[in-house]
Order: sequence, then C-alpha cells, then structure tokens
Amino acid sequence: MSTSTAERTGYTGRPSRRDGFVGWITTTDHKKIGIMYLVTTLVFFTLGGLESGFIRWQLAQAEQTVLTEEVYNQFFTMHGITMVFLVVMPMSAAFFNYLIPLMIGARDVAFPRLNAFSYWVYLFGGLFLYSSFLLGGAPNGSWVGYVPLSTDAVSNMNFYAVGINFLGISSLAAAVNFIVTILNMRAPGMTFMRLPVFIWMALVTNFLLLFALPIIAVALFMLNIDAVFGGQFFEPATGGDPILYQHLFWLFGHPEVYIMVLPAMGIISEILPVGARKPLFGYAAVVFAGAAIGFIGFGVWAHHMFTSAIGPVARSAFALTTMFIAVPTGIKIFNWVFTMWGGKLRFTTPMLFSIGFISMFTIGGLSGVTHAIVPHNAQQHDTYYVVAHFHYVLFGGALFGLIAGIYYWFPKVTGKLMSEKLGKVHFWTWLLGFNLTFGPMHLSGLLGQPRRTAVLPEELGGTVELYNLLSSIGYLVLFGSALVFLYNLIRSLRSGEASGDDPWDARTLEWLTPSPTPHENFHTIPTVTHRDEFWHRKYAEDEAGKAIRVPAGAAEDHDAEASHDEHIHMPDPSYWPLVQTLGFFPLGYGLAFGTFWLIGLGVVWLVIGTYGWIIEPVAEGDDDDPGELTPTSTGATAGAASH
Amino acid sequence: MATEAATTTLGLDHRKLGMWTFLGSEFLFFGAFISTYLLYLDATADGPGVAIFDIPFTSISSFVLLMSSLTMVLAHHAHTKGDLRRMRLWILATAGQGAVFLGGQVFEFSVFFREGMALSTSPFASSFYVLTGFHGLHVFVGILLLSSLYVLSLTGKIKPNQSLKTEMIGLYWHFVDIIWVVIFTVVYLIPEIAVGS
Amino acid sequence: MSSTEAPETGQHADAHDAHPTPREYVHIAVVLAVLTALEVSTYFVDFGALAIPMLIVLMAIKFLYVAGWFMHLKFDSPVFKRLMGTGLSFALVLYAVVALVTLFDHAPSV
Repeated sequence: MSTSTAERTGYTGRPSRRDGFVGWITTTDHKKIGIMYLVTTLVFFTLGGLESGFIRWQLAQAEQTVLTEEVYNQFFTMHGITMVFLVVMPMSAAFFNYLIPLMIGARDVAFPRLNAFSYWVYLFGGLFLYSSFLLGGAPNGSWVGYVPLSTDAVSNMNFYAVGINFLGISSLAAAVNFIVTILNMRAPGMTFMRLPVFIWMALVTNFLLLFALPIIAVALFMLNIDAVFGGQFFEPATGGDPILYQHLFWLFGHPEVYIMVLPAMGIISEILPVGARKPLFGYAAVVFAGAAIGFIGFGVWAHHMFTSAIGPVARSAFALTTMFIAVPTGIKIFNWVFTMWGGKLRFTTPMLFSIGFISMFTIGGLSGVTHAIVPHNAQQHDTYYVVAHFHYVLFGGALFGLIAGIYYWFPKVTGKLMSEKLGKVHFWTWLLGFNLTFGPMHLSGLLGQPRRTAVLPEELGGTVELYNLLSSIGYLVLFGSALVFLYNLIRSLRSGEASGDDPWDARTLEWLTPSPTPHENFHTIPTVTHRDEFWHRKYAEDEAGKAIRVPAGAAEDHDAEASHDEHIHMPDPSYWPLVQTLGFFPLGYGLAFGTFWLIGLGVVWLVIGTYGWIIEPVAEGDDDDPGELTPTSTGATAGAASH
Repeated sequence: MATEAATTTLGLDHRKLGMWTFLGSEFLFFGAFISTYLLYLDATADGPGVAIFDIPFTSISSFVLLMSSLTMVLAHHAHTKGDLRRMRLWILATAGQGAVFLGGQVFEFSVFFREGMALSTSPFASSFYVLTGFHGLHVFVGILLLSSLYVLSLTGKIKPNQSLKTEMIGLYWHFVDIIWVVIFTVVYLIPEIAVGS
Repeated sequence: MSSTEAPETGQHADAHDAHPTPREYVHIAVVLAVLTALEVSTYFVDFGALAIPMLIVLMAIKFLYVAGWFMHLKFDSPVFKRLMGTGLSFALVLYAVVALVTLFDHAPSV
C-alpha cells in the first residue's frame, strides 16, 4: 500500500500534514469531517438545550418573569433554529459523512474539498447566527419567520434570513456531494437493491434537500431584501402577500421534517436487524416507503397553513394528502416491528434507543394525523399540543434515532465501546424525562395554552399550571440524563473497553474494515455479492435455513496480511475551504446590516477563495495531470473524483 | 482522489453528474422567483407596471444571449477536438456576448429607475428586479468562469484533453440561457400582450 | 479522465460520433433565431387569443432545443435527463399549486 505523498507543484502550496490542529482544519477526509460535524452539533445542542431550560424555568409557574418578553422570544426562536438547523440536520450530516463512503465501499466522498466547505459554512453560519446576541439581539420572530413581523426591524430577523441561507448553502453543497457519491461511487456489485437502508434514506434525504433548499433560499432572500433593502415582497400596504411567504416557507418546511427524520429511520433500520439477529423485514417495502415519504412530503405543506387564508378547496385537498402520508410511515413501523418479531433480541443501548424511536415516533405520528383533520387543526393551531407533537417527532423520533446511531457507531469511530451500564441509565432517564416534559404538553395545549407566549397566564387554571410544572421537572430529568451521556462519551473515549472490529456482529460493509477506520477505509475495495454483505461473509445457512458461522478468516479483510490495493490516492488536505468560507462573515454582516462595502468584500473574498481552490495543485494521478499517467493506470482513473 | 474501480458506478464523471444535480435544483430556485413575479403582476402600487418594458430592446439582448449558447457549444466542440486556440476564440465570443447582455440589463435597469421604478416602489418592481437581477448574477458568474477558463487554458492549467471543464461551464451557461428563454416569454412578452389587449 | 472524454482514447468512439457537428449546431441556432423572431413578432402583430398559447409553445420548443442539442441531453446519459426532468417537474407542479391556492384565497374565506 502506498498512500502517495508526492511533491505537489503549482501556483500555491498544499498542506500535507494529516495530524495535529492543522491536520484537522485542512482535512478533506470524510471521517474527520464527520467527527467535526458531530462535535459541533453537540456544542450547539448544549446551547439549544440551555435556551429551552430558560423557557421551562419561565413557564414552571404562572405569571413568572424570569426573562423579559424580549429575551424569552429570542430564546425560543434561537432554540428552534438551533435544534433544527444546527443540531438535527448537521448531526444527520455527520452520519452521512462518516458512513456513506464506508457503507457503499468507497474511500471518500465524490468531492472531498466541497465536503470540507460544507462543514465550514455550517460552523460559520452557526457562529454568525449566535453572534447576533452581541449585535443588537438575536432573532425573535420564531423559527418560521412569518412576515410581516419578521420584516420589521424589531424582530432582528435579518440575522435569521442571512444565517439560515448560509446553512442552506452548506446543506445544498453537501446534498450534491452525497447524491453523486451514492450514485457513482458504489463498490463493485453494490446494486441499488443491495444498498443498506441507511444509504437509501440518505439518498432520499439529500434529494429532498436538493429540491427543498432552493425554495427556502428564495423566501429568505425576499425576506432579507424586504427587511434590509426596502423590498416590498411581503408588504401588504403596497399589495404584497404575506401568505406567499408561508407557502414558500412550508414548501421547504414540510420536506424539512422528513429531512430530519429519514436519516434517523435509516439508522434504526440498520440497528434493529443487528440487534434482532435477523434481516430487515421487507427491505423493499422500507425502501419504497422511504422514497414515497420523500415524494409525498412535497405535497402536504399547506396543512401548516389551515388557519391561514388558503380557501376551503386547498384545505380539503391538503387534508387528504396529509392523511395519505401516514401510510408509508405506517408501513415502516410495521416493518420494524416485524424485524424484531421472533428475533433473538439483545437489548443493547443502541437497540433500546431504536425501540424508543419506534414507540415515541409512533405517538408523534398519531398526533400528527390529528392535525390533518381541519376543524381539529383549527383548535390546536399554535397551542402546546403542536409543540408536544413535533417534539415527539423530532426529539422522540429524530434525536432518539441519532443517539442510537452514536452508541452504535462509536466503536467504529474510536475502536472503543461506550459503557452499556451508563448507556442504560441514559436511555431510561432520557425516556422518562422526555415523556415527562412533552407528554403533559398535549393536555395543556388542548386546554388552550398558546405557544410562543412569554408568560403562562394564570386564568388558564391550576391544571395547566400543574402540567407546566411537570414539563419543567421533566426538563431537569433530561438535563441530568444529558450529563450522564456526556460523561459516558468522555469516559468511553478516554478509557472505554476495546471493542474489536465487529462488536455487534453487524451486517454491513463498514464493519468489514478495522475499527477505528484506517485512513484509506478499505485496504482492498470489497466486491459485493449480497445485501448485508458482511453478514454473508461471516455466516452460511444450513439446510434448515439456520445461520452457521463460517470459519474465522473467511471475512477476508480482517486479515491484516490480505493483499492491499496499490497506489491508493487519498484526497490531499487543503486550506482553501476554510480560507474561502471565512468570506461568509463579511458577506453575512453586510447583508444583515445593508452595508454594501462589506458585501463587496465578502464577494471578492469568496471569488478569490474559489480561484485559490481552482489553481491549487492536485494529487499526482488525478485527471489534472493526465499526461503523467502510465498507460496501465489510465483506465483506473476514468471518472476520477475531483480532487 | 482517484478511484480504483475501472469506472464509476454509472460510468459518468462525478463533476458532470454533480453539475446536473445542481442544475436540477436551480429550477426550483428560479421557479419561485418567476411565480412570485407572476403573482405580483398587478401589485404595482400605482407605480409603473409591465407597460414600462421596452420589448424591442430586450428582444435584442435576449437574442444575443441565445446566440452565445451557439458560440459556447462551438467552444466545447473545438476543445473536444483538442483545438485550444479555436476554443479560446469561441470562449471569448461567448463571454463577450454575455457582457453585452449584462450591459443591456444594467442599461434597462437604469432606464426603469429613472422612469420611477425602484426596488422599493411596489411588489411588482421588487419581484422584477430581484428575478432578473439574480439571473444577471448567474450571467456574471458565467462570465467569470469563462474568463477563468480562457486564462487557465493559456497558462496550461487546462489541457487540450480536458474538454470536460469546458463542457461543465457550457452546461452552466446553457442553463442560464434556457432560464432566460423562459423569462423572456413569461416575464416580458406574455404580460405585455395580456396587458396590451 | 471521465468516460465522457474517453472517446479521445478510442474506447467509445461510436458513442462520440453521435455528437452533432458544428454545422448542425449552426442549424439549430438558425432555428432558434427564427423562433425568437416569431416570438417578438407577437409584440408587433396582433395574434388575438392565439398569441399566448403560441408564445408558450415557442418557448417550450426553444427550451427543448437548447437543452437537447447544446446541453447534449439528446445524446448523453439518461441520468442527466432524469435529474433535470425531476427538478423541472417539481418546479412546475409545486408552483402551479401555489399559484392556484393563492388565486383561491382571494375568494371569500372561512
């Protein structure tokens, strides 16, 4: 094996260190970028969690004023933005980054530098949003940013419009990257129907991002132009239509729900078969249902707008489509249950979180179906019932699935196991705290408690106050539980038990390579002959269809002596993604404050960064130097990835 | 990075597949602006409406942009033949036509502005300026790409057997062109006729 | 090198022969120019009720010509056609529905 480190010649230098601080900030390795994504999301998760802590503190009793209305509004807005755009979406991206190449048998993503670009834009977009606290106050017009409130300077939503657009650029670049990777970099024999379900869900999610993000980009540009540059898009006084903003927002916003939950569905579709020691029940149905959810997900947006002026025809039509979308979701839930049915269940922590996902997500899904009923919806709209519903979907659903993924793939990344004992403490307190926090909200909402209201009004009565107190106690349980999780992460990272290469007796390709994953992922790119390839390399079936373990060593790649591919070219590190994306800061502040010289500076910076990127020397063997290729390797670089 | 597989899974280049994926999403981007514009055709707040358009002038600049697609594809063709000299000539012609189009747009904007239509005049004005402005921004990016292609082919960074790079920029350029084909009809001609009749 | 450029190394020479020649490109451009002239003529000549349908058809033809010939969709992998088709149809359908709903909301509402 020779990982090429030949001299690069060109207009600018190119870093070659892969370790240390410089190695991290210049990395183009999908594994390192995935880890950086995850660590960053945990930091933002802490911030978003603390914000919600203040919300629960304020609402623990009626008529409390721990926070002023102004600060309260900033906190619930930033809590929503943080959890949606800075935690759940990028945490999914962390898994995409780390796992997509490993699960399809590739050495990296299609565009490694673009991948680094995505991460830096995400980080800087998040920092940009949080810098608003120091620059006149954070956005306070809620995460949906409805006009005309959000075009008013009092709401500080200029930071929202610009910041979310940056995060959108990050996700769009990542979506193109992952789609090309999944379509075009599969190992030999890895047909579509052999793809792990997680990869399928990643593909659907990234297509959703690809088609939904441009819509929100337009809505946010218009919002930005209205708020800062005197545009009239949503100004009713001159004939603008605020409902148009709602349409554009939810055209993105509803697919966004599936963008957040499909990756978690993919994760548990990997964990359940491993935990049940049985193939996934109805693979094709799960895949089809996932694609159907993605497709129908574009056709239900107006159910968020049943109380807006959309007319009775639209209400009826969207009520129907909303009920339809419960069908593919239901199919999946049945498939997961039947995967466990009759299996030899091992209740490991990832498995517990996966089962938690199924049960909590089902509750959230069912309360979601109630929103499809228009008269019912009108009663629930903007109450805590809705808050309860989407927390069951996004916390009980997406986040449970993502945490299951962290426990499950932690050994893959670190070569160490997380503590099962602490993991179980984490799971049960998490489940308890979650239900204690969000369960009572169903009831307080139905009793009329409005959301986005800084003070809990006393006139709602003692029952609602009790429910709110329970929610706030639930928050404390969750807080403690999160500390257990954090302690478990750090302790396991330092002194976790060695996991070996295949701690879960897993089924998919990523466990074929040693843990932690070597730099080049696979010494030899595997050839795939089955769905659940790794399982089939370990087990054969006897006449009765029972799995028999194949003698050790048959799983060839575990053998360090196995032959290695020669001339593995891994992408070089690069300064440019980091240097270029710093230009988003001047651009962002320029757009947020209407300062033209800052916008100009940002644009020039980004353009110069692009040139640095283009003329940066690339690896030997890359297509930029086709003349240097030996005749035998010409074919090998056909369709070579861009550096 | 290079892959060890003899070909990629689909036998397509990553970059070209990526470009097409991106262009697929761009339809949603311009679609939103165009629909907004159509919704706001009447929302002129007593300011100028579609009657302000100078159709003969816009026709000429639209025609120039359309013909730039021809020179673009000829540049790509020359590059596939390894003829960098001719490729550069066509690239220059394409970028020049793009610049003419962009100049026409700046002129058009300044005329409209003097006739009393500013960004903040009405939802109609906002949606017109922002839609055509974003298209102009795309043209500008295209011109930057074309001139980079020109310069980098002179320095030897882009080699005769790398016609894919010209092809990618061409795809982007043609995309910007077909969006204008739609804008010219939907934004200029049809409203003008609908109002005129 | 990409497989699309592989023809130069003689691997898929026949696929490349299907690509149009400069002469054909010029022919397409002439057709496009004529179509544009037709479009512009609607401004000067009154086509009555026909004008708008005609403009839409002309636009679609121009669109397909540029995409099919200049962007090589006619000759390239169907994957590209599908990517573009998906984006285009999503855009058409979604925004048509938004426009419809927005028109309805001008009627008296509940």
